[in-house]
Amino acid sequence: MNRVARRRFVRNPHAVLGASLLLLLFLLAFAGPFLTHWSHTDIDYTALRQPPSVEHWFGTNSIGQDLYAQVLRGLQKSLLIGLLVALFATVLASFAGACAGYFGGWADRLTTLLIDLLLVFPAFLIIAIVSPRLRSASWLVLVGLLAAFGWMLTARVVRSMTRSLKERDFVRAARLMGVHPLRIVVRHILPNVASFLIVDATIAVGGAVMSETGLSYFGFGVQPPDVSLGTLIADGTGAAVTYPWMFFFAAGLLVVFVLAVNFLGDGLRDALDPTSDRARGRRTKRAPGRRERAARRPSHPVEQGHPAPEGTAGA
Amino acid sequence: MTAPRTAPDGGRSATAPPGIAAPATPRTDAVLRIRDLHVEFDGPRGPAPAVRGVDLTLHRGEVLGLVGESGSGKSTVALAAIGLLPDTARVAGSITIAGTDVVGADDATLSGLRGRRVGMVFQDPLSALTPVHRVGDQIAEAIRTHHDVPRAHARRRAVELLDLVGIPDPATRAAAYPHEFSGGMRQRALIAMAIANEPDVLLADEPTTALDVTVQAQVLDVLRTAQRATGAALLLVSHDLGVIAGTADRVAVMYAGRVVESGPATALFAAPRMPYTMGLLGAVPRLDAPVDAAAAAPGAKEPAHGDTAPTSDRATAPGPRTPLIPIPGTPPEPHDLPTGCAFAPRCPLADDACRAAEPALLSVGTEEPGRHHAACRHADRIVERGLTATDVYPLPDPPASSAPAPDRDTLPPVLKVTGLTKTFPVRKGSVVKRRVGSVHAVNGVELDLGRGETLGLVGESGSGKSTTLMEILGLTAPEGGTVEVLGRDTRTLDRAARRQLRGTVQMVFQDPLSSLDPRLPVGEIITEPLRAQGVDRARAAARIPELLRLVGLSPDHADRYPHAFSGGQRQRIGIARALSVRPQLLVLDEPVSALDVSVQAGILNLLTALRAELGLSYLFVSHDLSVVRHIADRVSVMYLGRTVEHGPVAEVFGAPRHPYTRALLSAVPLPDPVRERGRERILLAGDPPSPTRPTTGCGFRGRCPRYAAMSPTHGADRRSRCERETPALTAPGPGRAAAACHFAGPP
Repeated sequence: MNRVARRRFVRNPHAVLGASLLLLLFLLAFAGPFLTHWSHTDIDYTALRQPPSVEHWFGTNSIGQDLYAQVLRGLQKSLLIGLLVALFATVLASFAGACAGYFGGWADRLTTLLIDLLLVFPAFLIIAIVSPRLRSASWLVLVGLLAAFGWMLTARVVRSMTRSLKERDFVRAARLMGVHPLRIVVRHILPNVASFLIVDATIAVGGAVMSETGLSYFGFGVQPPDVSLGTLIADGTGAAVTYPWMFFFAAGLLVVFVLAVNFLGDGLRDALDPTSDRARGRRTKRAPGRRERAARRPSHPVEQGHPAPEGTAGA
Repeated sequence: MTAPRTAPDGGRSATAPPGIAAPATPRTDAVLRIRDLHVEFDGPRGPAPAVRGVDLTLHRGEVLGLVGESGSGKSTVALAAIGLLPDTARVAGSITIAGTDVVGADDATLSGLRGRRVGMVFQDPLSALTPVHRVGDQIAEAIRTHHDVPRAHARRRAVELLDLVGIPDPATRAAAYPHEFSGGMRQRALIAMAIANEPDVLLADEPTTALDVTVQAQVLDVLRTAQRATGAALLLVSHDLGVIAGTADRVAVMYAGRVVESGPATALFAAPRMPYTMGLLGAVPRLDAPVDAAAAAPGAKEPAHGDTAPTSDRATAPGPRTPLIPIPGTPPEPHDLPTGCAFAPRCPLADDACRAAEPALLSVGTEEPGRHHAACRHADRIVERGLTATDVYPLPDPPASSAPAPDRDTLPPVLKVTGLTKTFPVRKGSVVKRRVGSVHAVNGVELDLGRGETLGLVGESGSGKSTTLMEILGLTAPEGGTVEVLGRDTRTLDRAARRQLRGTVQMVFQDPLSSLDPRLPVGEIITEPLRAQGVDRARAAARIPELLRLVGLSPDHADRYPHAFSGGQRQRIGIARALSVRPQLLVLDEPVSALDVSVQAGILNLLTALRAELGLSYLFVSHDLSVVRHIADRVSVMYLGRTVEHGPVAEVFGAPRHPYTRALLSAVPLPDPVRERGRERILLAGDPPSPTRPTTGCGFRGRCPRYAAMSPTHGADRRSRCERETPALTAPGPGRAAAACHFAGPP
């Protein structure tokens, strides 16, 4: 991010709010556990299903575990899993999609074939089958698996956007100047699909946390005694009305987390997009009475590009 | 106000015969009356007025030309006249068509007017026709919407109409679908549809902007015929002064949402009274420039200039190096209009009074009182002193006379292309693609460019200009023929040599918006070629201020992004980028065609100045012959992938020997009503054939007037020569223009 973009980012209240919220969450998740003497595995037999108190700040669950310690432990896991999965998947998707779209030919055909294959594989089933064998491995394997099955749709969109960008004159200009193809991808293609990638990544964070939740619920993701926000929410759902603390602390933090990432993503997108007008009044509209000029030229490029994923492979 | 409407046939017979100008007496048969029209849109930064108090009256049988640059509000006026503005527009004032009020009219009333009383022809004929219905049916539908006639009757009428607008074999063509029509034919079909119900008013909004110049000439001709046949009034909206000059009886010039000058076409073009109109006319390069330049400025600042055409007979005028007169600045944004005259910030005559209040549109001139109006405080002064554009605007410095070498043979060659061919495969099949044919995009192109020269490459769309450029710029071995750049054959280049050569050939693109990466600041954009040549970041950055100054931009702009600039400034950025590596050859692909005329003049002057200053050679591609006439020393005319004529500009444009060049030149509208109407026009029949079919013989013969004139009985040998033998480029003498025609020469 260059200087101009950084300045824009700092001026955007949403972006700053999102970034600070995310920072606070990290602080809470990693520094918070030191404020209590309970660990997430400890069981207090004297306090079963207790509401929040001085001893147990977020209350306890049905077997007497301290929810404060558990929620923070879960938050750690979910923060890391969500962000890492979104990061890996988006990076993978953008490179695979941009290269397939830009180079065409065999690179394109192989990538689209791979994408289509992965799309028809039931990802959930595969992770469910593979994960018991990896039980001993760390949760990072889960991150890898989730990322490996989460990049395909994004890559497809990036691919089709790249194909339209490739025909734009500035890319042709760079090619005729003799700029290295990979450099064109990095310098011209990717920044121009960045708005989409960022928005998509923020959604992917939420999605990753949700997949992790789902997997953990069925016992394939984060394994007990370890916890994640997903397992906690799964455990607390049944008691959400009767013992609300068992559900709402975990759920609340999840909402705050996803919200913060979304704010941050919006802010980043606006900061990186030079056509967005400072903080307010984004997306300047075309002045009226300029139909003829609009008609004579291809109108505004990628924003309206084709964000719809393509139907068939090798189209 | 309600003019009693006569029966369609009566209306037709009451029409003035073609060619007779509207009488000067005040008339009462106004069919379209616009009074104090205001249109406002909601912009992101508050309300943006697009039209601010326009009064227009259009009489039966009259052609009113509405001219202006992008954003002047001319299209908004046309759309408002038929109630087609979007709901977000706020319209005030009154518009009456044949006595019916349009402003505030309900849908049923408007539907009764549209197509019945008002026919419309829009810019894009493809989107104006429904792709899933036959053309004849669509015209018949237009008739049946307003008249209760049997289907068969309407169909017959549709065929008649298609015949009227000059569609060959109309009965079969009526059964075709829009995609089977070419652009020119679609526009004809739309005109047929517009006049289907004998409307009182025809609205044509940039009807020929998307068409090639020879097709434009046909369509304008049809439009005039259609207008005369129906006796309708025509409101012709265009940015092209030439189109307006050739067709309109009266002209209204719009600027920033107001009519700033209006009057009879001849008077307005001959003696504009408002500085904006003057500037607009002064900014257009003229195809008839050399004669004018010689007459208007006899050797004042142009000392005898070395001529590039040594022996051409009649076009011996010096090279067209009189700089154009650009209007400084850019049109105001609608949400940010200056107080006072909207043109004052760009006007050299503006004083404090101009900046204080908006001038009214008042009658000027004495020869025809009440006919010529201008909205300018200085109009009287302009009339009294007889000021012209050259007096009003500061004349740009004539470029340092670079005194081109008298002998072309001594010029070091920069680019030499011989017999270039390029075909594209046509593939079919979804799984296994097989080759079913070839597109002969380029098939025999000859180019020859010496140092310090400008070579204009001219041709209509589909003639292979862009393919030629890409073949040259690719610096790889061509499919056929040879390309030599700076004396080096591209077939012999290795990687390193190619890379090094890339630094000496740079390109400027047509669309300045899409050729600049919106995500990069200007400074990075213009140094990109340098970085690609391996110059390190610091040294590249050090050149930014110099480059920006070179193209007339401020060095402070390096941090801004392309969207913050106007069209002309963006094109300057594109030029700065090309210049960053100090190239020797600049390839300019339609560099000014996306710009308004007043801005275009500035860019053309800049290019001329840069060429002299930096000793550049230009390969200048354009469909606009006037621009090529203005900037180029030599010209190469392409048709169907082949060079049909090339040589010195003065000779090729002054005495074209190939029939296509002749037709092309005669099709270019001149911004001068008197000359434009007095010209003999060579209208080419039909459209350029598709390049998928390999042609034997001369590719042009299908449209060639010379070939058509040869009688099948007496001229059989000559005809068969055109059919069998591909003509080679031949010149009548060394250094003369060469034409690829068996029967080249003046008619």
